[in-house]
Amino acid sequence: MDKDEIKQLENLCKQNRCEIIKMIHSAQSGHPGGGLSAADILTVLYEKSMKNFPEWDKSPSHNERDRFVLSKGHASATLYAVLAQRGYFSKDELLSFRRLGSRLQGHPNTHIPGVEVPTGSLGQGLSMACGIAMALKLDKNPANVFVLLGDGELQEGSCWEALMHAPHRKLNNLTAIIDRNHLQIDGTVERIKDINPLDAKLKAFNWNVIEIDGHDVVAIYEACENAKKSDKPTAIIANTVKGKGVSFMENQCGWHGKAPSDADCQLALEELA
Amino acid sequence: MNIDRTKTKSIRAAYGKALVELGKINENIVVLDADLACSTQTAMFGKEFPERFFNMGIAEQDMMTTAAGLASQGKIPFASTFAMFATGRTYDQIRNSICYPQFNVKIVATHGGITVGEDGASHQALEDVALMRNLPNMTVIVPADCKECEEAIKYAASHQGPMYIRIARTNVPDIFDENYKFDLKAKVLRQGKDVTIVTNGETLAEVIECANILESSGIEAQILHIPVVKPLDNDTILEQVKKTNFVVTVENHSIIGGLGSALSEVLSENMPTFVYRIGINDEFGQSGEQRQLMEFYGLTAEKLAQKIEKKLREIK
Repeated sequence: MDKDEIKQLENLCKQNRCEIIKMIHSAQSGHPGGGLSAADILTVLYEKSMKNFPEWDKSPSHNERDRFVLSKGHASATLYAVLAQRGYFSKDELLSFRRLGSRLQGHPNTHIPGVEVPTGSLGQGLSMACGIAMALKLDKNPANVFVLLGDGELQEGSCWEALMHAPHRKLNNLTAIIDRNHLQIDGTVERIKDINPLDAKLKAFNWNVIEIDGHDVVAIYEACENAKKSDKPTAIIANTVKGKGVSFMENQCGWHGKAPSDADCQLALEELA
Repeated sequence: MNIDRTKTKSIRAAYGKALVELGKINENIVVLDADLACSTQTAMFGKEFPERFFNMGIAEQDMMTTAAGLASQGKIPFASTFAMFATGRTYDQIRNSICYPQFNVKIVATHGGITVGEDGASHQALEDVALMRNLPNMTVIVPADCKECEEAIKYAASHQGPMYIRIARTNVPDIFDENYKFDLKAKVLRQGKDVTIVTNGETLAEVIECANILESSGIEAQILHIPVVKPLDNDTILEQVKKTNFVVTVENHSIIGGLGSALSEVLSENMPTFVYRIGINDEFGQSGEQRQLMEFYGLTAEKLAQKIEKKLREIK
């Protein structure tokens, strides 16, 4: 990637962050912390790494799309902002987030163009991504599958069933990205129920493990490219900061599921400008 | 109508064979199991189509959500294990990843009910129909014999949407002939003016014999077989029950939340009728030989006849 391209991507990340704040502020409900920590990852995936067609099922190339699963479904605002930015639906729709009758439900469902499977109940996205990867292999479809998990989510036992399963079936078309922001609702992951040593665990489960700075767009892109070439399923541990980009939200678990006030929103948008 | 108990067949084997037949004509059919393939008989499909058979190991949650992922890409997954593990353990997965998006996953659970036998309470699913029946978008089917099971499996493969099909561990006698075609309707198998006995699954054979016993005591029983607990065929139920005004439900399941509850719901709202629910009372099962357990919990033809005669005397 050249400097201009990097700058352009970083700009889009910033714009998407602004949309996340506006959506959650407008709804007075949502999850800004984990939404912001995942903003760069999702932006790079959709803008650069994944083959995707915003016409969705109306695209003649629909079957060639790389598949994405947002296992940490509470980062829905980020996904919706990224999809709208790409043109899957109008940006005007974003402010209907979490409102009665809206397509943009609190957690993603399959009524939304761009959403393969519903998520929200943690610990299910990786298994569904494995199922998608298996279907692609059966159909000899070369598309890739990406799934984003939270680090706290890895406390769900079902994640480890799937972590055991993917290498067993040699699902090298599958990449699991872990948004490693170290925070969950009640405190730090380390204090609540430590998942360390994460890299050693994933390696022991026979994954190709890559560790990156989850806010470095070049690192995210390169890790995804490496993953596509791997003969094993790849786990990317993306080290992130919860609330990234808004100083008063950064590293605060209080901002996991709290909406910004009018003043908070204004301040956040000023910082992101 | 008589039941020939000397010729019973494995309803699970009927499932396994039906899967193999479907596999031959539809390559989108994939099968998942959780280390019980020899018991559920999905191993037959695995032997024939190894590339489309996935033994997920002892990981039922992973099995259900993987099935959801496969279905999201147009596959028709059949996921099997014992009813106990196919429902309670994976309720969240079935609810959020299968029913909510209306994915085309077919859950075929074997070993439903008390007749799991010697394994005892930990393996006896007496609540599975209740759990599956309250999920939006779910179809719940409890076939009574091998032919009906085979037809229900074919129906499942050719109709879109999540389905739960519950079959018994028990070898069952034949009830339906080779011309039987499955649909969502309730079926009147016998007319009678004194009582409507509603049932499905392996208790249908008992109910048929029970009606013969009742006949010798001068009681004319109507038999309403309801293989599809959801969506319930309200029209047939109301039309038939009107003729007797007394309903007995018989199920190899808890009396809470299953067929008996479903009947009570539709009747109380449309045509308040006395409903006597026979099944497993609000308790866990226990170890025992299959027939002994049916006897102990009052689900054999003779026990059913005694209970129904007694109840009729009480209410008349």
